[in-house]
Amino acid sequence: MIAYIVIGAIVLIALWLLVTYNSLVTLRNRVREAWSQIDVQLKRRSSLIPNLVETVKGYAKHEKGVLEEVTKARTALMGAKNPHEAADADNMLTGALKSLFAVSENYPQLRASENFKQLQDELSDTETKVAASRQFYNTNVLDLNNNLEVVPSAWVGQMFGFKKEEFFKATEEEKADVKVQF
Amino acid sequence: MATVNTAWDHVSGNIFKTWVIMFFFSIFAVVVIYIIARGFGYGEVGGLGLTGFALIMAGLMNFVSYYWSDKIVLGISGAKPLEKKDNPEVYLLVENLCIAAGLPLPKIYTINDSAPNAFATGRDPKHAAIAFTTGILQKLNKSELEGVTAHELSHVGNRDTLVMTVVSVLVGTIALLSDFFLRSMWFGGRDRDSRGNAIFAVIAIVAAILAPVVAMLIQMAVSRRRELLADASAVLLTRYPQGLADALVKISSDREPLEVANRGTAHLYIINPLKGKAAIGWFAGLFNTHPPIEARVKALREMEGLK
Repeated sequence: MIAYIVIGAIVLIALWLLVTYNSLVTLRNRVREAWSQIDVQLKRRSSLIPNLVETVKGYAKHEKGVLEEVTKARTALMGAKNPHEAADADNMLTGALKSLFAVSENYPQLRASENFKQLQDELSDTETKVAASRQFYNTNVLDLNNNLEVVPSAWVGQMFGFKKEEFFKATEEEKADVKVQF
Repeated sequence: MATVNTAWDHVSGNIFKTWVIMFFFSIFAVVVIYIIARGFGYGEVGGLGLTGFALIMAGLMNFVSYYWSDKIVLGISGAKPLEKKDNPEVYLLVENLCIAAGLPLPKIYTINDSAPNAFATGRDPKHAAIAFTTGILQKLNKSELEGVTAHELSHVGNRDTLVMTVVSVLVGTIALLSDFFLRSMWFGGRDRDSRGNAIFAVIAIVAAILAPVVAMLIQMAVSRRRELLADASAVLLTRYPQGLADALVKISSDREPLEVANRGTAHLYIINPLKGKAAIGWFAGLFNTHPPIEARVKALREMEGLK
């Protein structure tokens, strides 16, 4: 009788381990999938840059400094290996683009160019898309991290070496741009 | 500790309450089926056989409306597909919210009607469709439209078509079974008395009359729960409760009726399109598919602590 109870308990614990382990794997894979979605948007964003740089060069040759900043940020973004690096590079690119568009105000011909307008629209849309995929990624990271912190799934996580993932953080400027309501 | 009702709390609370309702609904269904089956007596074509028959009938009827939900509803409503070039702003708005929600892009439709409203349908996220009236696209600003779109996409993400289909099968089974029983009472009269017990027959008659109404009330309660859940999920997407709250107020205060909506499709819309019939009061509220606007706005105001 006692033997059966012991066997039963062992089977139950083994089942629970299995289910918890599988759900942690699912959560981790979701984070990875969400990350690859950010990657898609970042790639799309960086693929628009050379075209933009060329267009601006055609009208505003003297703005070398700004253009170099943009190109540098793009190179950093292409070379980013993890969410942390990508977040930094992407934030750098956002800043560089902002100064580029600010400078472009001084060149009416550039602003009037159809090509430039279209690129500007597409870049602002990819920026929204990066933000959206970042939000989805962070939701999944939160889900995984929660499960790795609450007991008892945290024990299983430790046992099999699951690691908490890093949130994709917004820029300082974006953080400052919070709507305040009274 | 003071209760802080963030959107997260509203989401988990509404999911939990859906489960509670479904739990009691299952018990209710089992009891009703048992009583009516006893009322029939256990013959060759006894209560259990008829229950099975009612379940299959209700299942088949609902399967059709579940599996082709998008096509049926869009057809009835006269919706036209919206291409990116028709309205890039709306298209991109939906696309971007889908990315944030981690959902595939649904088919987007417009309904040519100046009454502001919107709905989503489809058996799963891959076959989802979202429809806007031309009125809603004109009358709402961007953050309001974002709130509405997020609400509709949340219905898709929360699998509400499936949830409501399951509920509808249960309601249908109870309704059919009650109907069979009442008809057999008028026309039947085979040697039931020898086996079926007389007290059970009386209880069964009462149950057969009341059960379909109660089942429908439960169905409405589930529907209202899913609306509140979609509101809360929408806030997690947009992080801006005010947008959806403003949209709800704007849509509900619009006096124009939506011509393409009818009793069959009314429950799908973000706000019940059958205006004028809006029920007031506690008892009438039980029969509504949507919670009152004030309750929805109040819940959204609570979530504003978020951000």
